[in-house]
Amino acid sequence: MLLLQVIVGGLLLGAIYALFSSGLTLIWGMMNFINFAHGEFVMLGMYVALLVVTWLAGGPAAFGFAAAFALFVLGVAVYAGLIRHVMRGPMLAQILSTFGLALLLRYTAFFIFSANVVSLPPTALSGTIDAGGILVSLPQLVAGVTAALLTLAMHLLLTRTTVGSQLLAVAEDRSAAMLMGIRPDRMQALAWGLAAASAGIAGALMATSYPWSPSVGETFGLTAFVVVTLGGFGSVPGAMYAGLIVGLIQSLSAYYLGPIYKDVVVYGLFVALLWLRPQGLMGKA
Amino acid sequence: MRKQRGLAACLVAGFALAPAFAAQAAEPVKVGILFPLTGNAAAAGQASKAAVEVAAEIVNGAHPELANIPLAKDAGLPNLGGAKLELTFIDHQGNPSVAQQQALRLITQDKVHALLGAYQSSCTFTVTAAAERYGIPIMVGDSAALNITQRGFKWTFRATPIATDYAATYMRFFDDMKKAGRQIRSIAVVNENTDYGTSVADAVEAAAKQNNVPVAIRIPYSASTTDVSAQVLQLKEKQPDVVIFISYTADSILYIRTMKNLDYLPPMTLGDDSGFSDPSFVPAISDIGQGLMNRSAWDVGKPGSTTAKINEMYKAKTGRELDDTSARNMQGFLALADAINRAGSTEPGKIQAALKATDLKPEQLMMGYRGIKFDETGQNVLASTYLIQLKGKEYALVWPQQAATAPLEWPMKGWK
Repeated sequence: MLLLQVIVGGLLLGAIYALFSSGLTLIWGMMNFINFAHGEFVMLGMYVALLVVTWLAGGPAAFGFAAAFALFVLGVAVYAGLIRHVMRGPMLAQILSTFGLALLLRYTAFFIFSANVVSLPPTALSGTIDAGGILVSLPQLVAGVTAALLTLAMHLLLTRTTVGSQLLAVAEDRSAAMLMGIRPDRMQALAWGLAAASAGIAGALMATSYPWSPSVGETFGLTAFVVVTLGGFGSVPGAMYAGLIVGLIQSLSAYYLGPIYKDVVVYGLFVALLWLRPQGLMGKA
Repeated sequence: MRKQRGLAACLVAGFALAPAFAAQAAEPVKVGILFPLTGNAAAAGQASKAAVEVAAEIVNGAHPELANIPLAKDAGLPNLGGAKLELTFIDHQGNPSVAQQQALRLITQDKVHALLGAYQSSCTFTVTAAAERYGIPIMVGDSAALNITQRGFKWTFRATPIATDYAATYMRFFDDMKKAGRQIRSIAVVNENTDYGTSVADAVEAAAKQNNVPVAIRIPYSASTTDVSAQVLQLKEKQPDVVIFISYTADSILYIRTMKNLDYLPPMTLGDDSGFSDPSFVPAISDIGQGLMNRSAWDVGKPGSTTAKINEMYKAKTGRELDDTSARNMQGFLALADAINRAGSTEPGKIQAALKATDLKPEQLMMGYRGIKFDETGQNVLASTYLIQLKGKEYALVWPQQAATAPLEWPMKGWK
C-alpha cells in the first residue's frame, strides 16, 4: 500500500515537471535556443497565483488562467524585446542573454516580493482524498491531472493543428516556411508565449501545495533541463515521459534509499542514459 | 539671512564636535556583519539584519529606558569617547565560499574591527576561518554546529547555545514528560543535511543513546527539496512518539503540510528553531500545526519589561515580532559591543582580550541564557534555552515549568 502511495505521489509530481519542461523543449525544438530563465517563469507563475488569490480572492481556475495569460504575455515580450535581437548575435550571447534574464527576473522578484517564504492560503482545492487507503491531496491531484492534460494538449496542438504545423515548419526550415507564407517571427513569438504560459500555469499548480521564495526557480530550472535532456531535446512526448520518470524515481529513491540520495539516483540514471542514448529517450539522433 | 544661519550652524557644530576632537577617539568602530540576505534563508537573514540594526541603535543612541542592558543608557561607547558602531552588512547568499570571500573583503578592504555572523553553520565555518587567519575577533550569534568552536580558534566567540546544549535540553524535557506519565517509546530525527542539521541531529542522536531513548529513524534530506511525501511515509511507518525537525523555512512548512495531506500526526512534533521560528512559518501552518513545539531562548516577557521594549523597537522597524534567531544575533552583537567598549580600543588583540574576560549576568541580557562567559574554545558556557508551544497564532513558553507562562498540551492537536 505504501509503495502505491509513493508511486502515486511521484507520478503527480512528475506530471508537473512534464508540463513546465514541455515549454522548455518547445523553444529548443523551434529555435535551437536554450532558455535559462525557464525556472524563473515557473516562479513568476507562482507569484501571479498568489496575487490573484490574495487581491482578487480568485479561485484555482482564475489564478491558473491568470498565470498562463500573464506569462504568455511575458513570453511574447521577452521574445520581441530580447530574443529576436540576440538571435542575430554570436552563440555565447544567445546563451548568456537568458541567463541574464533569469537573474533579472529573480532579483526583481526579490525586490518586489521580498525574500520571505510565502505560501498560497487554503483555496477551494484544499483537502485530501482517500482512494482505498491511498491518500492524495486534492491540490496535488488536480495539479497533476491538469498538468498531464495540458502537456497532452500541447502535443496535440503541435501535431494536429494548422498552427502546430506552421510552428514545426518554421522549426524545420525557416526560409522554406517563409516561402509558404508563414511568418517565422510570429510563430516564434507564439512558441515563446506558449512555453512561458506552460511554465506559468505549472507554477500556479505547484503553488497550491509548495511554499516558495524567489529563489525557487533555480530548483525548477535544473529539473526542467534534466527532463528535457532525458526526454530528447525538442520532443514534447519525450518531456512528458521523462517528467513522469523523474518524478517517480525521485519518490521511490527518497522512500527506499533516503531523500539525500534521490538526486544522486536521478542524475546517475541521467548520465547513464546519456551515455547509452545521447539524443534522449525520444529525441532524433 | 541664509548666510547667518549657516554660520550659526557651523559654530554650533564646532562646539558640539570640540570635545570629540579633543579626545581624538570618536572614530566609528567598524563591524562587518555577514548574513544570507538572498537565497533560501533570506527571510531569516533579513530579520537578523533588522535585529542587529536595532541593537546598534540601542548602543549608538541614548536609551535610559533599557538601562539594564550594557551601553544602552548613553549614546555610543563611553570608553572610546562616545564612538559609534558602524555596520557593514554583507550578503553571502548561504554559500560558504561566497561567505569566505566576503569575510576576507571586509577584513582586508573595509578594515573592519570585528565581525558578526553568519547564520548557516556552513558559512560560519568559512568566515571564522578567515577571521582566525587575519586575527580579527568574530562573534557567532546563532550558528549551532558543534565544531565551530572546537577547532582551537582563538578569535571565535559564540554567545548562543549549541547543538549539545539543545540536545541535553530535549533529553531533560523528555525525562520530565516521562515522569508526568507521557509515553516516549521512541523518537525520530529529521534533519536538513548541511552542517547545521547534521551536527544538531548527531548531538540529539548521541544524547538519546546516552539517555536510553531509542531513535526509530533518522532522515537527512536536502532543504531545497520540493517534495517530502516519501519522508513523511517513512515516519508514518515507524510511528515515533516525538518527531524532531532540524529544518529551514520552506522545508518546515512543506513537512507540516505534507503530514496533514498524508494524515500523519505524531503525538508531538518538536522543531529545532530555525525554520520553526521563521516569521513565515506560523502564518503558513497555524491552522494545521496546533500544539507543535519549538525551542527559543527569546521570550517577549511582560509589558513594560526590557524585552518587551526591545520587541516594540523591532516591531516599529519591521512590523513583526522579534524571533529567537534574530534575538540571538542581537544578543551576540550586544555582547560584542560590550567587549569593544571594555577594550577601550579598536585594536583586535584588545577586543579579543576583552571578549575573553566577558562576564555578563542574566539580568544584563535580553535572552534566557544564564549569562555570557566564554571558555577557552570561545563557547558561552552559560547558554541555555526554553521550549515553546504553538497556541493559536503564537508560541507560548511551556517548559521548563518554573519559567512557563502557559500549560503544556500533550499530545499535539495538529489539525484535529
